[in-house]
Amino acid sequence: MQRQPTITTTAGQTPVPSPEPGDSIPVVPLRHPIRTAIAVVLILVAISAAWDVAANRRYHWDVVISYLFSPQIMTGAGLTIVLTVVSMSVGIALGTVLAIMRLSANPIVSTISRGYIWFFRGTPLLVQLIFWYNIAALYPVIALGLPFGGPSIVIGSANVLISPLGAALLGLSLNEAAYMAEIIRGGIGSVDKGQYDAARALGMNGGKLMRRVILPQAMRVVLPPTGNQVISMLKGTSLVSVLAISDLLYSAQIIYANNYQTIPLLIVASLWYLLLTSILSFFQNKLERRYGRGFDVLTRRIRRPKTRTA
Amino acid sequence: MSTAMVEARGVRKSFGSTEILKGIDLRVERGSVTCLIGPSGSGKTTFLRCINHLEKVDAGRLYVDENLVGYTERNGRLYEMQERQTARSRLNAGMVFQRFNLFPHMTVLENIVEAPIHVLGRPRNEITAEAQVLLDRVGLGDRGDAYPRELSGGQQQRIAIARALAMKPKLMLFDEPTSALDPELVGEVLDVMKSLAEAGMTMVVVTHELAFAKQVADQVIFMDQGVVVESGPPADVLGNPQHERTKAFLSKVL
Repeated sequence: MQRQPTITTTAGQTPVPSPEPGDSIPVVPLRHPIRTAIAVVLILVAISAAWDVAANRRYHWDVVISYLFSPQIMTGAGLTIVLTVVSMSVGIALGTVLAIMRLSANPIVSTISRGYIWFFRGTPLLVQLIFWYNIAALYPVIALGLPFGGPSIVIGSANVLISPLGAALLGLSLNEAAYMAEIIRGGIGSVDKGQYDAARALGMNGGKLMRRVILPQAMRVVLPPTGNQVISMLKGTSLVSVLAISDLLYSAQIIYANNYQTIPLLIVASLWYLLLTSILSFFQNKLERRYGRGFDVLTRRIRRPKTRTA
Repeated sequence: MSTAMVEARGVRKSFGSTEILKGIDLRVERGSVTCLIGPSGSGKTTFLRCINHLEKVDAGRLYVDENLVGYTERNGRLYEMQERQTARSRLNAGMVFQRFNLFPHMTVLENIVEAPIHVLGRPRNEITAEAQVLLDRVGLGDRGDAYPRELSGGQQQRIAIARALAMKPKLMLFDEPTSALDPELVGEVLDVMKSLAEAGMTMVVVTHELAFAKQVADQVIFMDQGVVVESGPPADVLGNPQHERTKAFLSKVL
């Protein structure tokens, strides 16, 4: 269906020279000599740097290539992905709850959320990871029971239940939730108050109002910083190598501890991190378009002819 | 005599230490159009929002369709309603806002069918057909796929009216529906409201459009500083005001 443009431009009001073929004046575009010179210099620098990287034998590109798809590295990359996906999912879910708690009219609920965010943002992630790793020192046995020394059912030893991987997931997720809570709170705050009125007047309340009206609009504001969080989480998972979890970085470290090819293996790990962050950025872009619908009228317009020619 | 659609007895409302409504008494008959006029800050909008319980009434009684708004009366006491109950009671009234407040992330059609599906639980195909009829009625039958941002203010406000009507309310509340519009777009919205009034809808309209009030209203209520100063048929209140404050206001507006 053809849609008539509704945005009226000022072109209709200001007199524009009529584009009649007879009286068109040839236009000489403005030249940018300095800009061109800088571009040439930069291209030369980039080419020489690339040539140097390729020609310098001490990079050991042959080693890089031979390890790029080695099973150990691939398994490490897989674990890094798992850590990122699980921690981010838990972080976003818990962060949403914390954000809504933080905005609650109940002062106790909002203070608890505030306290959580204060604590988990205020202590280093590395410390939190090592803390969870050593949790058995504080709580040797994990049990379900009533507080203040009431009866309880023992579930098991903390050392068994909270494996290094478990400690890593706990540390990353709980830390992430604190950051996501603030991002989501900002997103919710960005939604026009009139939207609450309109939704309430239509009989919505509580969860439905949040899910159907407020959160989808908050998404637009929440997504770009969340994309940042996912990417920094992907790289941040390399911190878990201190817990002897064979993620991507730790797998590379194990290999170079044996063959002393430190730089080539760090390059291998970096290439994988780059690939994974590129994939994530791609999906971030898609999601941003999805939730930009109805807001970015112009991007819709610009995109449409593109799909037509494709 | 039938009971009133809206009945207010001594309705009071304060924000902090500022009293916005200082005891409002009024009746809105079924099938009638009531226009609330008055200077800004007079409490018109607050009173309108009280009818739909978007603001809590502090004192006095406010009945919509014979139900007390926001409270349940038991054993001589008023109990504040649960949020769920309040939400249900809001379904009596449809509301149209000054700033339209359409859901920007949904298309026009999605805006209209959203609440009937997710609040009333009506089947999508049934309500979609009804929505199309409503869109035709407000003269925008071909814009169902558009997003609100792609429409003019007047078109958005007509969609907002259609969205409220899709819930089949007994009463329509309009909060300065034309105040945010460019002058040339005011007419199209007022036309839709007129046809709605002719169809017998009970309407309460906060407005500065005195010509509309004169032509369509059964009752005009002039409010100032949180009280009803004067009320009656438009010919009396607008044509032959009795109070000084009404006269002063009308002389400034006209």
